[in-house]
Amino acid sequence: MLAYIIRRIGLMVPTLIIVSVISFIVIEAPPGDFVTAYIGQLRAQGMHVDLQLVEALKARYGVKDPLYVRYFKWIWNLFHGDLGTSMQWNRPVTTLLAERLPWSMLISFTSFVFVYAIGIPIGVLSAVRQYSIRDYIFTTVGFFGLAIPNFLFALVLMWVVYVYTGNVIIGLFSEQYQIAPWSPAKLVDLFKHLWIPAIIVGTAGTARLIRIVRANLLDELQKPYVMVARSKGLSERKVIYRYPFRIAINPVISTIGWTLPILIEGELLTSMVLSIPTIGPILLSALKLQDMYLAGSIIFILAFLTIMGTLISDILLAWIDPRIREAI
Amino acid sequence: MGLLKRKEKKEQRLYIASQWKLVYWRFFNHKLAVGGLVVLAIFYFIAIFAEFLAPYDPYKYDKNFISAPPQRVHFFDEEGCLHLLPFTYSLEKKMDLETWEISYAENRTRGYPVQFLAHGDLYKLWGLFETDIHLFSTKGGKVFLLGTDSMGRDLFSRLIFASRISLSIGLVAITVSFLFGIIMGGISGYYGGGIDIVIQRVIESIRSIPTLPLWMALSVALPPHWSITKTYFAITLVLSVVGWTEIARVVRGKFMSLRGEDFIMAAKLDGASERRIIGKYLFPSFLSHIITAMTLAIPGMILGETALSFLGLGMQPPAISWGVLLKEAQHIRVLAQAPWILTAGIPVVISILAFNFVGDGLRDAADPYATV
Repeated sequence: MLAYIIRRIGLMVPTLIIVSVISFIVIEAPPGDFVTAYIGQLRAQGMHVDLQLVEALKARYGVKDPLYVRYFKWIWNLFHGDLGTSMQWNRPVTTLLAERLPWSMLISFTSFVFVYAIGIPIGVLSAVRQYSIRDYIFTTVGFFGLAIPNFLFALVLMWVVYVYTGNVIIGLFSEQYQIAPWSPAKLVDLFKHLWIPAIIVGTAGTARLIRIVRANLLDELQKPYVMVARSKGLSERKVIYRYPFRIAINPVISTIGWTLPILIEGELLTSMVLSIPTIGPILLSALKLQDMYLAGSIIFILAFLTIMGTLISDILLAWIDPRIREAI
Repeated sequence: MGLLKRKEKKEQRLYIASQWKLVYWRFFNHKLAVGGLVVLAIFYFIAIFAEFLAPYDPYKYDKNFISAPPQRVHFFDEEGCLHLLPFTYSLEKKMDLETWEISYAENRTRGYPVQFLAHGDLYKLWGLFETDIHLFSTKGGKVFLLGTDSMGRDLFSRLIFASRISLSIGLVAITVSFLFGIIMGGISGYYGGGIDIVIQRVIESIRSIPTLPLWMALSVALPPHWSITKTYFAITLVLSVVGWTEIARVVRGKFMSLRGEDFIMAAKLDGASERRIIGKYLFPSFLSHIITAMTLAIPGMILGETALSFLGLGMQPPAISWGVLLKEAQHIRVLAQAPWILTAGIPVVISILAFNFVGDGLRDAADPYATV
């Protein structure tokens, strides 16, 4: 087991290196460099920028260095917890992320719980009562859940909320709790708002999960051992949950790591539409204003979290299933 | 006796049918998949003949009809008489003097019949044939089936034109992904070893970056002054950066599993060249899987373009795509005044559903262990 974990972490290193290169390409890709854009912005704000400042900035950000030197500088700073400065916010990227990342995680985690709490029971129900009315309803809803883009769902919901309540922004808190210190009432208020983005983000994942659970369980229920169990007079509940359910659920657990990027992505897009103060809106505005250190860092952090998630789910899976431990 | 014979005949037909014939039969037994295919055929037909099918020029704006609601097409007039040709009433604009809100009401005194194959805005079909014949149009009145946008442009016409970019971008992007994916996946799977490890690491790295942020970041690098065509192809490349990994994964997996099969070994012992083994034996045996993977990947590409354009990072106006049309709905004020602009989301959902159904049908049909 320990050998497996070490090998698995060893495989992660090249992945992280390639991801960091891609993130750096993102930072460098737009035409022009950071300092020119920054000076342009300072001038646009009516500030006087003298040559000395330009030179100082250029030295600080190493604009004149060759590409690979800049890459290693960026990596070096990354290891020291310095992700660069956001031009648009004029603050370190790390503090910006520290403020907003927890909210992104909270929404993603809530929809994660939603996906599994809803998806597995419905999937089991659909399989056990195959071709019943409920099965057809859930299958149809599932197909639409997969096909409706997150942002469209968010738009429709935003419009519905506006028409019925007159409120424009859904946000995470009501107005009176926006800057209030934490209290039980504020927590309740948060959960009152949290379910909207959580459902929007989780719908597609739930639909996918229902399909997987249903298909797997149907495969399993056809097998002879289920018939044997039934003919021995076991209760229907035991017949299903004792073995077929556990086997059917195995691939579901193994794909937990893959649902993570999907949820994060959905959360970003939904927050952009509903303007919830998470990573999503700042990524969008950073990209639009070419605040590339912020954008590149966000992408790197998201990829890093995803890689970590996959690592944890792989280790969990190897712990459960000895076949995987020996395969790699 | 007759029944038995027929059954026997059917079985015989099954035994001698080729693999492709079996796939074909199985696919056309799948009702949802056939339905999806029909819907897609209609959608692509509409996209191809957009100029003829749209009643108006998509760029023509009319400041008298800003954010006009969808118009009803009537068959009965005020006296209850049935008209052979459907007709619309003219719209009258009213402004609430207190809230400054503009509303439209039908003026029921005179109807304007909807004429089929009538003259309308001048256009050049595919840039070749100049004509002004539209499938339907009205004289004097207006026919805004889905209302107008905030610049007074006919939404129905714009929706039809938008399907051109939105539906084709998925196909172009998947073709690029396919070419790149099959080369990389083939190399990875056929040669294995060190080169396989490198390619696998690259694929895994790309897949571990959340797709949409990566697409967003890459499309930011496109210069805004590029022409529509240039941006279009650049977006397909951006979509393919992620798209090829899926195809490569399928190809590699199939190469790996087929490499050890007896018939490949037999071909090798026969002294068949590498090119012959790949082209004649390996490629045909996983072609159906690749087609399935491609079909199932197209919805993601369509969604990607729509999301990018919606966020203002993909296609830019004056280009028209479903995402560009939905972009207007981002502002709640616009959306509240003209909720019908959300109808641009309907073809997105329908086309994605249709592609998913066709893909599911293909997957089931390509499974050699399924029964006919």
